[in-house]
Amino acid sequence: MNKTKWLVLVVVVVAVVLVAAGLAISGAFSPAESRLILATTTSTQNSGLLDFILPDFKSKYGVKVDVVAVGSGLALENAKRGDADVVLSHAPSLEASFMDQGYGIFKWKVMYNQFAIVGPSSDPAGVGSAWNVTVAFKKIADNSSTFLSRSDNSGTYTKEMQIWGLAGLNAGQFGSWYKEVGKGMEDTLMMTEELGGYTLTDEGTYFTLINTLSIVELFRNDAVLFNQYSVIPVNPAKNLNVNVKYAVLFAEWIVSPETQELIASYAANGHQLFFPNAEP
Amino acid sequence: MGELDVAQVVALSLYVSITATVLTSLVGLPLGAFLALKRFRGSWLMRTGVYTLFALPSVVVGLVVYTMLSHSGPLGFLDWLWTPIGMVLAESVLIFPLVTGLTMSAVSDVDESVSLTIRTLGASNRQLMMRVMHEARYGIFGAVMVGFGRAISEVGAVWMVGGNIKGSTQVITTAIMQQTQMGDFGTSFALAGILLIIAFVVFFLIREIQERG
Repeated sequence: MNKTKWLVLVVVVVAVVLVAAGLAISGAFSPAESRLILATTTSTQNSGLLDFILPDFKSKYGVKVDVVAVGSGLALENAKRGDADVVLSHAPSLEASFMDQGYGIFKWKVMYNQFAIVGPSSDPAGVGSAWNVTVAFKKIADNSSTFLSRSDNSGTYTKEMQIWGLAGLNAGQFGSWYKEVGKGMEDTLMMTEELGGYTLTDEGTYFTLINTLSIVELFRNDAVLFNQYSVIPVNPAKNLNVNVKYAVLFAEWIVSPETQELIASYAANGHQLFFPNAEP
Repeated sequence: MGELDVAQVVALSLYVSITATVLTSLVGLPLGAFLALKRFRGSWLMRTGVYTLFALPSVVVGLVVYTMLSHSGPLGFLDWLWTPIGMVLAESVLIFPLVTGLTMSAVSDVDESVSLTIRTLGASNRQLMMRVMHEARYGIFGAVMVGFGRAISEVGAVWMVGGNIKGSTQVITTAIMQQTQMGDFGTSFALAGILLIIAFVVFFLIREIQERG
């Protein structure tokens, strides 16, 4: 039985060493201030924008920005719980209630792009000839053309619901042509491609994936389709552990003229993805 | 697209799954053997409970551990959210029922006459447990391997608790998920290949140890 005792001892020692190493790499022994957590939407990360601009923040302030990229709804929820220091999102109505409840210090405009309707180039519902986006949505519904809805708490889904509302239609009563997929933008675009349907997308994600897709942009350029991204440092009054110093620095940095220029210079597959519009 | 630090991603995957497997084995193996050998009030319920937890979706484990580690949660003061150690916790919770339950099965499989013989030779409870576990060692190794396999292949829980932060909590599975979403199937397949090679090496090594032990 001595052999067993040795084995158990070895395993215990290994476990202790592993856990200690884990605590060390988890930053348990370094000051919490050295970590800035940015909760943001997947479109800013998966488009490659953050990889492009964040090294500049690190070189200026010496703090690495840890990006947690989820839907705007979850990003704001993370922030409410004190699990993020600063938020970069694109869901104006969710952001407004976030601010009303006192979770944000302030909210600044950072950049915009637009939403667009994409679908098969044959365009069976004739979306391309609509004179505004609510008419385009009505055409899809009238024609019962396959439409894929994100059906998550994302900024894109919030926008889709707003447009159905403007068209005077209730998405809850749609037939089987209306598919609630409950997935992120990229997955939804790929499913739209497979099913030959329509969907509402942000142009950032669409242009990033354009080379893998055969569906095309059919309707864009409508004031309703405006897609605003804003930055909100989380209020330390609600959660004491918020890294408020760097959160505010981050907000100031992202609206600064140099960073705004950096954002404007970022392109994927020949398309500018984000248009800076911070107000100095 | 943003370049991927493959070495970091692979190292963290290995670290998280190995640590979770070691920690879980430390408690799960004795507990599994104990539940298999001992009959007491409620032991049937406990055994069924362990098997039931096999069905727990990893996203649910992620959600539970997230709400615990969240700064508004009971363990928020630890500051373990979005960290490797938090991911170890999530994976441990996930594979604990697997390792315990499969150990339980392996030990139960040891022929009853063996344990009866050991007992008539005057062995204490502890000696009996050790002896039976030795008899069941192949099954127990299997339990540990299944635990490791589940830990390294899992994506829902590490995504929820780790946050897939580039350069700090990104692991192979969350990187695959992100690259797939970005339409970069080539990188996804390459990462999947790396994951399988790692699994092969680890299982090969465990097998070697087992053959000698």
